[in-house]
Amino acid sequence: MSIVEAKVPVKRNIPAPRAWKTGITPTVTVYLALFALLVVGSILVSMKGGVLLDQGGILNILTRSTVLGLVAVGQTMVIVTGSLDLSVAYLIGLCSLVAAETMDGQESMMAPAVLLALGVAAVVGLVNGLVITVLKANAFIATLGVALILRGYLEDNYTGPAGSVPRAFQHLGFDRMGPVPVASLLMVGIAAAAWWFMRRTRTGYHMYAVGGEIDFARLSGVRTGRTIVIAHILCAVAAGLAGVFLASRLGSGAPYVGTDAGYDLESIAAVVLGGAALAGGRGGVVGTIGGVLILATLDTLFDDLAVDPFFKDVVRGIVLILAVALYARRQLSRRSA
Amino acid sequence: MTTRTTWRPRLAEGTAPVLVVLVALLIGLAIAGPAYAEPSGYLALLKRAAPLVILAIGQYFVVVSGGFDLSVGSLVTAEVVIAARLIDGQESATAWVIPLLLGFGVLIGLVNGLITTKLLVPSFIVTLGMLLVLDGAVFLWTGGAPRGALTPSFRVFGRGGVEVPLLGQVPWSVVILLVVLVAAVLFMRAGIGRTLVAVGDNEEAVRLAGGKVEHLKILAFVLSGLLAALAAILLGGFAGVSAQVGEGLEFRAITAVVLGGVLLGGGRGSVVAAAAGALSLEALFSLLNLLGVSGALESAVQGVIIIAAVAYASLGAGLRHRVFPRKARLEPAPR
Repeated sequence: MSIVEAKVPVKRNIPAPRAWKTGITPTVTVYLALFALLVVGSILVSMKGGVLLDQGGILNILTRSTVLGLVAVGQTMVIVTGSLDLSVAYLIGLCSLVAAETMDGQESMMAPAVLLALGVAAVVGLVNGLVITVLKANAFIATLGVALILRGYLEDNYTGPAGSVPRAFQHLGFDRMGPVPVASLLMVGIAAAAWWFMRRTRTGYHMYAVGGEIDFARLSGVRTGRTIVIAHILCAVAAGLAGVFLASRLGSGAPYVGTDAGYDLESIAAVVLGGAALAGGRGGVVGTIGGVLILATLDTLFDDLAVDPFFKDVVRGIVLILAVALYARRQLSRRSA
Repeated sequence: MTTRTTWRPRLAEGTAPVLVVLVALLIGLAIAGPAYAEPSGYLALLKRAAPLVILAIGQYFVVVSGGFDLSVGSLVTAEVVIAARLIDGQESATAWVIPLLLGFGVLIGLVNGLITTKLLVPSFIVTLGMLLVLDGAVFLWTGGAPRGALTPSFRVFGRGGVEVPLLGQVPWSVVILLVVLVAAVLFMRAGIGRTLVAVGDNEEAVRLAGGKVEHLKILAFVLSGLLAALAAILLGGFAGVSAQVGEGLEFRAITAVVLGGVLLGGGRGSVVAAAAGALSLEALFSLLNLLGVSGALESAVQGVIIIAAVAYASLGAGLRHRVFPRKARLEPAPR
């Protein structure tokens, strides 16, 4: 056995352990990267005679971050639990429609509409969670299946925007305090709540335990199924909130508002960019928000530089792969050290 | 350790249910549509299904070795757009563009595989990044809308047929499909194919046994890229040039593979079952179409079916291995 074990590192081509600075976690890395991006971006934009971080620029970055941030915070929970949710994009569209159609321009229906939309989201999340835990379907397939079912419903019933929200409700989407939109503050508040939930409550710890090693968690007495279901419900509710916010911004519900922006894969990208392991057990809300801000800053930067929109996708893809490669390398060297 | 060496991949496992479903669907088609009363109707179905079946076979190699390839859909779009741009209606260009397209598919697969194995990035992320890069790069290059045109000699593979003695006119795509399927079956029956399944089942064991895990994983991605290029040539011929030709094909191919009883995460399932899954999916869509179910509900039906297929597969396995309910496949039960 000892011979075999000694051989493993050689066969794996593990690079010789280097002296990595301890304390530089992916979360720190992502904020360092964000800072570097802001500095480089500011220089690039100022060379073109503009300012990246003026009032409009900050507003732009924060507005872009709000929806993706909400979805990604929810996605963080399911990814940390070792699952993932591909149904969020259609769910966003569905919730924006539920909210806008229930309101139908009446101010009195605002609160019931929001609650109904979040309720619908919670039910979809519950279905996701139950398909994964009770029917024991792979999370990828389960949520893809639910996404397809939602898509079928949307395509069958809607051809375009429907419903309308009252003017009072549009304050949620457009009001701001100084340069900071109110909705961004709400998003930060929800992210903070999610951080507290994941780091300070028992269920939050169980999520990390289940994502890290589900069998160990079960043997340690964690109700793994219940944890997975809760993570999916919370993720769906976060996506539902994103849908409600979009309804407020657009003034009506739009069936494809979530898929056009690709929020399903984009949110997973943001979470992974924030240092979470796709296999689960590692990651956090703080890193995710960093990832979201990086994506939003890249978008704003490209707009300011008038870069071809298709070039954004190319850069986004490369950034994603490079970031994960960096984390993987670090993880590996730590393990072999 | 000794249980590992006696373990054999049973390639037929899980093939039976999908074949039952396929036969049921084909019988359903025969009842529902007069076009399916004679072989030509099924031949047309096979022709329509060929690109998806070929994609599913490519996806199978990656899935069975424990990965995902989300980039095939955008790769198909990229290939078709590139072909149209390079050929641009010139008959003489067809001859060198086709090898170039296949080479491009291999290249993309190689990049996917190298990043997955050398940089240790999960294949889901690698191919997701590749999806974004390909989507962006192609439209950057074409300036938003695909330009150019395909020649008849290029499109013959997707549209035309070949005279076969006894059978009459057989579509080229069916011939290509059969060649690919036979080659894939031979590949999976050879030692290299069996080792590929073993990689998906237990990578560490294969490595300790001296298998070249990295090479095999790269090979799986290369095959997936190559077959996506082939599917693109057929689709380009069949459906023509558009920027949406490959949209959603990656999920459809994964659905087909899963429908065939292939386990996501690797190590279980046969290539024939994956191909049968793709054919079933296409037959199902034809049947829904015949029954007058609106096209919009197609995806909802697809969603219900993949959940049902996976639930059936895993609950079935769960009943078989009651002792090790969830991760039974990771640790061989002491026998």
